[in-house]
Amino acid sequence: MLASLGLILLCQLIGEAVVRGIGLPLPGPVLGLLLLLILLLARDRFAVLAHGPLRNDGVETASKGLLAHLSLLFVPAGVGVVQKLDLLASHGIAIVLVLALSVVVTLLATVLTFRLVSRLLKQQDAR
Amino acid sequence: MKDDPFSLWVYLSQSPLLWLTVTLLVYATTDAVSLATRRHPLANPVLHAMWIIGAFLLATGTSYTSYFAGAQFVHFLLGPATVALAVPLYENRRRVVSSIVPMLVALLAGSITAVVSVVLLAELAGLPRDVVLSLAPKSVTAGVAMGIAESLHADPSLAAVAVILTGIMGAIIVTPLMNRTGVTDYRARGFAAGLAAHGIGTARAFQVDEIAGVFSGIAMSLNALVTSFLVPLAVTLLVR
Repeated sequence: MLASLGLILLCQLIGEAVVRGIGLPLPGPVLGLLLLLILLLARDRFAVLAHGPLRNDGVETASKGLLAHLSLLFVPAGVGVVQKLDLLASHGIAIVLVLALSVVVTLLATVLTFRLVSRLLKQQDAR
Repeated sequence: MKDDPFSLWVYLSQSPLLWLTVTLLVYATTDAVSLATRRHPLANPVLHAMWIIGAFLLATGTSYTSYFAGAQFVHFLLGPATVALAVPLYENRRRVVSSIVPMLVALLAGSITAVVSVVLLAELAGLPRDVVLSLAPKSVTAGVAMGIAESLHADPSLAAVAVILTGIMGAIIVTPLMNRTGVTDYRARGFAAGLAAHGIGTARAFQVDEIAGVFSGIAMSLNALVTSFLVPLAVTLLVR
């Protein structure tokens, strides 16, 4: 468990270092995600890598544990709303309406494009 | 000290322990309520934890800075959790690879819609320029949106608030909206949730369906990338 968490942190650390180092317009953790994915795929090909957290579902179990409480992780940033109460008092209704409309339009545009393209490709969904 | 309960409060309210405990306990409660209502969209655990803790801070006159000193330990885990998305992605890699074309087209359509719609609507509503700029990156995850807002000389903390509000509204609305469109493809539904409502949408998607969660996580990561390029461009073209 500890080694698995360590591996996840290491992927993030390398991700952050590379992003800062060469100025990529990409969040460090996203690069860390790619790195962990590459490690998992490489493990299936090269048996040498199947050690420590990359064995017996080590990093898999730790990751699922983290993702099981993904919502919790947004609470501290969300409470930051208390710092913006004056702005919300003056423009709150407009801001909330703008964000709500935009999120609905975005959801529809994305889901309908996905379905349209996938139907054009005659992909039958398995479910 | 024994005869002065106020000094005990002063001590505790400045320590990370109290606010970390409050964050975990309030969330555990709102999450239990959400589970008891069989994950009803309106029982969104983030939304309710947010206002309960916020009201508690206001009632006790605690600053957000002292609250965050404790809550930062939870906030920190956002990064590792993003890395952890590699695991469901790896386990579902075959389905992901076979949907790569619709994913990329939907990514482009969705991220352009997200940025253009919010900028146009905000201008239409007559919001001040710095507010418009801070709302523009609202569909990507908080850390990235704050970085974008900073590079535009907008307000990063307002950007973070816009991100969270968008995420919560997206997570609440996604299930009823998708049911109404009649789309039953959980790849498409999840992808839309992650693109429009980042991590909070992804957390919601995982509650509904594992495949939806996987596609939502991919959409969230890819959108963070595309939006970083798109927002500066859209702002130059659309903002007065």
